Amino acid sequence: MSSAILEEKAPAPSAGTPAVVNDFSIHVATANGSGSMSSNNILMRAIFQMGIPVSGKNLFPSNIQGLPTWFTIRASKEGFIARRRDIGVLICMNPETAQEDVRTVHPGAAVIYEESLKLNALRNDVHFYPVPFQKLVLELVHDGKLRRLVVNMIYVGVAAWLLDIDMAEIQRAVEKQFKNKAKAVEVNLTAIRGGYDWAQKNLTKADPFRLERMNATAGKIIIDGNAAAAIGCVMAGVTVVTWYPITPSSSLAESFTDYCRRFRMDPETGKPTFAIVQAEDELAAIGMVLGASWAGARAMTSTSGPGISLMAEFTGLGYYAEIPAVVFNVQRVGPSTGLPTRTMQGDIMSTYNLSHGDARHVLLLPASVGECYEMAGVAFDLAERLQTPVFVMMDLDLGMNNWMSDPFPYPEKALDRGKVLRTNEEIEEHVKKFGAFHRYKDVDGDGIPYRTLPGIIDNPQAAYFTRGSGHTERATYSERPDDYQNNMDRLARKFETAKAYVPRPVVSNGSGSRVGLIAFGSSDFAVEEARVILAKRGIETDYLRLRALPFTPETADFVARHERVYVVDQNRDRQMYELLTLEVREDCGKLRSIRHYDGFPLDAETVIEGVEAGEKS
Amino acid sequence: MSSVAEPKAPPTNRRDLTVKEYGGLKSTLCVGCGHDVITRQITQAFYEMGVDPHSVAKMSGIGCSSKTTAYFVDRGHGFNAVHGRMPSIATGSALANPNLLYIGVSGDGDTASIGAGQFVHLLRRNLPMIYIVENNGVYGLTKGQFSATADLGSKLKTGVVNDLPAMDLCALAIELGCGYVARSFSGDMKQLLALIKGAIAHRGTALLDVISPCVTFNNHEDSTKSYKWAKDHEIPIQEIGFVPFFEEIQVDYDPGTTQDVVLHDGSHIRLRKLREDYDAMNKMAALGLLHEGQEKQEFLTGLIYVEPTKKDFLSLLQLPEKPLAILPDAKARPPREALDQMMEELK
Repeated sequence: MSSAILEEKAPAPSAGTPAVVNDFSIHVATANGSGSMSSNNILMRAIFQMGIPVSGKNLFPSNIQGLPTWFTIRASKEGFIARRRDIGVLICMNPETAQEDVRTVHPGAAVIYEESLKLNALRNDVHFYPVPFQKLVLELVHDGKLRRLVVNMIYVGVAAWLLDIDMAEIQRAVEKQFKNKAKAVEVNLTAIRGGYDWAQKNLTKADPFRLERMNATAGKIIIDGNAAAAIGCVMAGVTVVTWYPITPSSSLAESFTDYCRRFRMDPETGKPTFAIVQAEDELAAIGMVLGASWAGARAMTSTSGPGISLMAEFTGLGYYAEIPAVVFNVQRVGPSTGLPTRTMQGDIMSTYNLSHGDARHVLLLPASVGECYEMAGVAFDLAERLQTPVFVMMDLDLGMNNWMSDPFPYPEKALDRGKVLRTNEEIEEHVKKFGAFHRYKDVDGDGIPYRTLPGIIDNPQAAYFTRGSGHTERATYSERPDDYQNNMDRLARKFETAKAYVPRPVVSNGSGSRVGLIAFGSSDFAVEEARVILAKRGIETDYLRLRALPFTPETADFVARHERVYVVDQNRDRQMYELLTLEVREDCGKLRSIRHYDGFPLDAETVIEGVEAGEKS
Repeated sequence: MSSVAEPKAPPTNRRDLTVKEYGGLKSTLCVGCGHDVITRQITQAFYEMGVDPHSVAKMSGIGCSSKTTAYFVDRGHGFNAVHGRMPSIATGSALANPNLLYIGVSGDGDTASIGAGQFVHLLRRNLPMIYIVENNGVYGLTKGQFSATADLGSKLKTGVVNDLPAMDLCALAIELGCGYVARSFSGDMKQLLALIKGAIAHRGTALLDVISPCVTFNNHEDSTKSYKWAKDHEIPIQEIGFVPFFEEIQVDYDPGTTQDVVLHDGSHIRLRKLREDYDAMNKMAALGLLHEGQEKQEFLTGLIYVEPTKKDFLSLLQLPEKPLAILPDAKARPPREALDQMMEELK
């Protein structure tokens, strides 16, 4: 681990250590499948309800039961919600990893652990709190089958006493977690109270970590990015969703299903205003999306890197045949077994150029749950406006972890359904104006042609034949060089048009500094935190956060204005940095790369270290 | 010429359309290709059934067969998908608009080799569409390689021998629950026409495995997909009569010799049994027949299996009557109170 430290680092234990209030991480080590998720959610929610900004990250294995899993809750009075490297409070519930877990915490940390593990012999610079969890659970839970799950509630009670979490908020969180199932609420609350009472009677507080009520979360929501994107799709009027299960994207389609069943039933007919199909694989999922969009539906699929690879051929067809499609790519670490449950921004380059031949796609880069929601809507408007596949590039950290956010605003803008001739009158008017309806003719000069939908209008002019790369403006088969090249030039023109429609970057130019930062997606939280700390240490920075590809002119301007620009990538091959070097050309010597690619979410320290190393040299 | 006779108006169907109005582009396939015969029967069947041409959606993948959807009903939209993936395009389109008449034309390579994955799931879902396999046991467009329906032991011009057994698409379809399974031969136009009309009347996937000789690469004497072999060996299991729903039906038939099947739209398909006691609505009998035929190297044609009341995928999904493709935006986006409720639950 790096020697660079945050200023907020927990102090070493000594008499009169000042309290650390609302500014530390709680790290819970358990085995997966042990029901600890409910306990962790209750802890996080109770802190949130105390008005303290909070975030929760689940570092989990690709497994159902028995492998180590960690959950980190970060409380931050300043509202920083990126991953934090140092741990204030460690809760050791997994004997398999307990020794290693204790070794990795910083001096001064608090360690709650199962008494029989005898971890206190390992170090003398942390505060140990041995708790007889196994004994307590026998006393507190009479149903033997429940003990394995409910034992995790006891640490909620112990932590509540140790950190001064309001028990009334714990009770509210339990009720929310178990949706008022009285029996479950009672069993779990009994265990939590038992843990609390035992701690009060038997432990002496020695560490500095404490939580105190604030007022920074009023009116806020907690949600994961996948659910946020799903709500975005519900509100964007998506009618067809076809998908194939893959971590970390599955919960996007599943949340969509849940919300649709409640909010998208037609009150007049009682029938659904949506169709959801679990496809046989990702090849079929994207094929169904293209078929549905071709026929006029708003259609999407959600997937991750391996699925994206399988969608490559069809994506090319979508690009050439000019069919709208929205694909949510919740990025994760590489292929097959190993780290499919870890986060990465690893598909930027491959998705940007997905398929074969000349192909280039619009990528949206949401950086928060709010943007997952908002950009879901934007993606469908863009796909239909531009008649092309659009990718929403999320990642596991954003998609599956819990984030605090302002409630999402109701979309005020009407849906943009693009250039579709829907009625006989529209066809006739089009023919009057342009001489004929030709599917691939650029009559407006923006590279975007008009389309009709199959079977909607009984007009001999409406029908056309959809195929791949070789076609004329009239959509007839052609292998002529001029037809092909003209079409490719028009597609390039359309991609230029896209630049006018994609979300612009967010630029903070105010520091007057010669140092710039460029980042995108879930890196934003860590970058914003790093900028505050860097400024305290005397390095002011400007910041441009990319929100889409293709790049818009602001990005080259930003690089031109600064002497050194640090580009933050969560991948080994500095994929965004490489794309930027092509974009800024003569200025590319100004670019520096900061990379993070160990599978964990980016933390502020990595960014600080990168900038400091560059600024010192 | 001194006098011109008034040209006789061509005949029209119940929609007042001529057969020409069900036509498409000129075929660019080899002269004598079996596929062109099938195209003509498709055109004729659509005309005779009085199908609304603008509501036809033509689906295909890649290969010689897949080109043919451009050669009929050009008043309907067409979609030439990627190789072996036509079923997913058809499925998506059908989700968006279930009211279209979907017809897919594919080949043995596009269906049984690269397309096997999507083909089996199409059958399993029982998506309402006509799926015609123009089966010639060979890859034409890439010049003569084996497909998964090539004969065991057959030999390429290069000397390569096929060591693997042929897939029986009809047996596969019955296994997977397809409710209309037929085998035919492009040289048997009368039978083919009746089977296509029956497929139009059926609701659910209708699979037609049509032996369609490739005159360029697989028409040699040893091939079971050649004109000569097929003509010499074809054994129809029934004589097939078709009475569309809009025509009057003769009530009398002998149930001992003829099986009468009422299809989804009210049309009747009448199967005069040529094989004793063969019941086309008996799944086990159908599978038995195929296996027996395979062992005896018989080329059996006809409506092998039919289950006209089986539920199709789109009715299982309970889609609204008005297609999702034209759902008004106001119905697609929930009201403000709905979002408020979602947000409240997350606080």
